[in-house]
Amino acid sequence: MFYREAGEFSTSYRDDAQTFPIAFDRRRYYLVLAVGFGVIPFFINDYWANAVLIPFLVWSMAALGLNILTGYCGQVSLGTGGFMAVGAYSCYKLMTAFPGLNIVFCILLAGLITALVGVLFGLPSLRIKGFYLAVATLAAQFFFVWLFNKVPWFYNYSASGQINAPERTLLGVAITGPNADSAVKYLFCLAFVVGFAWIARNLTRGSVGRSWMAIRDMDIAAEIIGIDPYRAKLSAFGVSSFFVGVSGALFFGIYLGAVEVTEAFGINQSFLVLFMIIIGGLGSIFGSFAGAAFMVLMPVLLKNILVGGLDWDTAIATHFEFVIVGGLIIFFLIVEPHGISQLWRIIKEKLRLWPFPHDH
Amino acid sequence: MHEQLLFALEVSLNGLMTGVLYSLVALGFVLIFKASGVFNYAQGVMALFAALTLVGFQSGQVPFAHLINAVFGSNIHHFGWHLPVILSILLTLLVMVLLAVVIEKLVLKHLINQEPIVLFMATIGLAYFLEGFGDLMWGSEIKRLDVGIPQGISESIENFTFESLGYGFFIDRLDIVATAVAAVLVISLTVFSQYSRVGRALRAVADDHQAALSVGISLRYIWVVVWSVAGFVALVAGIMWGAKSGVQFSLSLIALKALPVLMLGGFTSIPGAIIGGLIIGVGEKLFEFLMGPLIGGATENWFAYVLALVFLVFRPQGLFGERIIERV
Repeated sequence: MFYREAGEFSTSYRDDAQTFPIAFDRRRYYLVLAVGFGVIPFFINDYWANAVLIPFLVWSMAALGLNILTGYCGQVSLGTGGFMAVGAYSCYKLMTAFPGLNIVFCILLAGLITALVGVLFGLPSLRIKGFYLAVATLAAQFFFVWLFNKVPWFYNYSASGQINAPERTLLGVAITGPNADSAVKYLFCLAFVVGFAWIARNLTRGSVGRSWMAIRDMDIAAEIIGIDPYRAKLSAFGVSSFFVGVSGALFFGIYLGAVEVTEAFGINQSFLVLFMIIIGGLGSIFGSFAGAAFMVLMPVLLKNILVGGLDWDTAIATHFEFVIVGGLIIFFLIVEPHGISQLWRIIKEKLRLWPFPHDH
Repeated sequence: MHEQLLFALEVSLNGLMTGVLYSLVALGFVLIFKASGVFNYAQGVMALFAALTLVGFQSGQVPFAHLINAVFGSNIHHFGWHLPVILSILLTLLVMVLLAVVIEKLVLKHLINQEPIVLFMATIGLAYFLEGFGDLMWGSEIKRLDVGIPQGISESIENFTFESLGYGFFIDRLDIVATAVAAVLVISLTVFSQYSRVGRALRAVADDHQAALSVGISLRYIWVVVWSVAGFVALVAGIMWGAKSGVQFSLSLIALKALPVLMLGGFTSIPGAIIGGLIIGVGEKLFEFLMGPLIGGATENWFAYVLALVFLVFRPQGLFGERIIERV
């Protein structure tokens, strides 16, 4: 009743090829944006911003990046944490080396540096495939954590080995540092994520995205029909690392403000992002957001119920979280290998006929 | 210079011993991969789980004590008995077999004909599940595992080398035992797969699933057997590593170390797992010895992966892996 394509006419190719061809979808999308930009900043408080919304946005960005590589191009990577670290540390070095440089450029340049590093570590993907490659990306993960731990130049010789984001402003408003308002931080992250999601969506439905998907589905066949695997794989590594690097920069600069590499960018973060895209849906932009929301909200919820409600020990709640996350991964892989985004698609299919479904 | 050379030799010997321990974990991977094509990421956590269970049985811990206490407000933790080593090892083995049956029933059965990468990710989920489950069951504090393996520096070797070479070698007795155990394990696994009925069925399945099915070998039964054997190997690895560095979460991280071992040796070769383990063990110790002081130390964290990465670029199937042939 609400969601239907009856009465929707496209009068130009442009109309026909748009991302949301159905008016209901389009209005929902604008509504979400309007609520995100226009309503939430006025009601946000520190707890919601720091425990839920900002981590959700930062992880969405990382999930978008990994989804481009794994979901669209079929190259499994376990090095996401390491690439986030590259983004965070290059952002830090840029912020401290060029205090006059605008924070937006710092973050974008950090993404660019990560993209270059990502292409470098993507080079072996031309020779090795599948989980051989997945294991090879572990090299990036462990190498970067070691590098940022052992070479003091990267953390400006600080005694604690931590990096701290200095205060930077945009249009006179503090974005990073201890004085930044949580609503401002939220809006800044949201703007980045919306912009990059738009780029990701348009890249993946264009010719670049089609070449990635061809490589994912069968690389030899793709090569035979004229897709250059070098360009497709390396561009996927580059674009994906760009996203992941930006998310690392946001994670460090906006969300936490101070990080220590082994704790913030360990192997667990790599798995976390991988779980996000499995649960959310491989090869789906919406899935990246859904997975990030799920993996950010679930621990908060569990903690509130088990520790806050039942008054259990935090350690037990953490163990339960492991059991539930692991169980859910298996459950999703068995029941719905395409994740939450597929469930969403099924709901939309049902809504088309609701409330008068009929059997064929 | 002579002293330096001898020291390097000692470092390599110790590396060899560590390599044997890596091989023990890698062996479990190879067994499962050969028989079911599943790349079992959870092998390391299985070793942790086995070691936790062994300690739990031995010291008479009440399973899920923390959970029960949290729910009912009670305060129980121990039954108050101490089981003998052999009995607790047998009981742990039983738990591992049970685990194999449950995994087959709840996970693998439903994922037949899925892509290998999906199965791989399912085992990552399994690893998380088991990790949380093990901690819920036995508690997460670091435990001491003592099954009577001799530990400490072997004095006879030190004395012998001191007399003959003028330089005493430091070798842990535990490492010597581990090497012997690994050798026995590999020989018995080889005998098992060459001469027993089940072993032959295992090899048939590894060769070709469909052909094996068509001559009447039950795939599901074979999978349970393979996961049980892998559980047994995990138990052995868990005992060795647990005795070396205590039973704790970091035990499951050795699984990650076993991955480059596999890539070097090839996923399908048991001798490959052993030789790969030795290469990685010696390589990382020697690299740390030669380069560590120059570039800041702790290179063991990443050396194995980078070595495997560089190696794979030149030989994608590993040292002993089957040649990869791809068709459209």
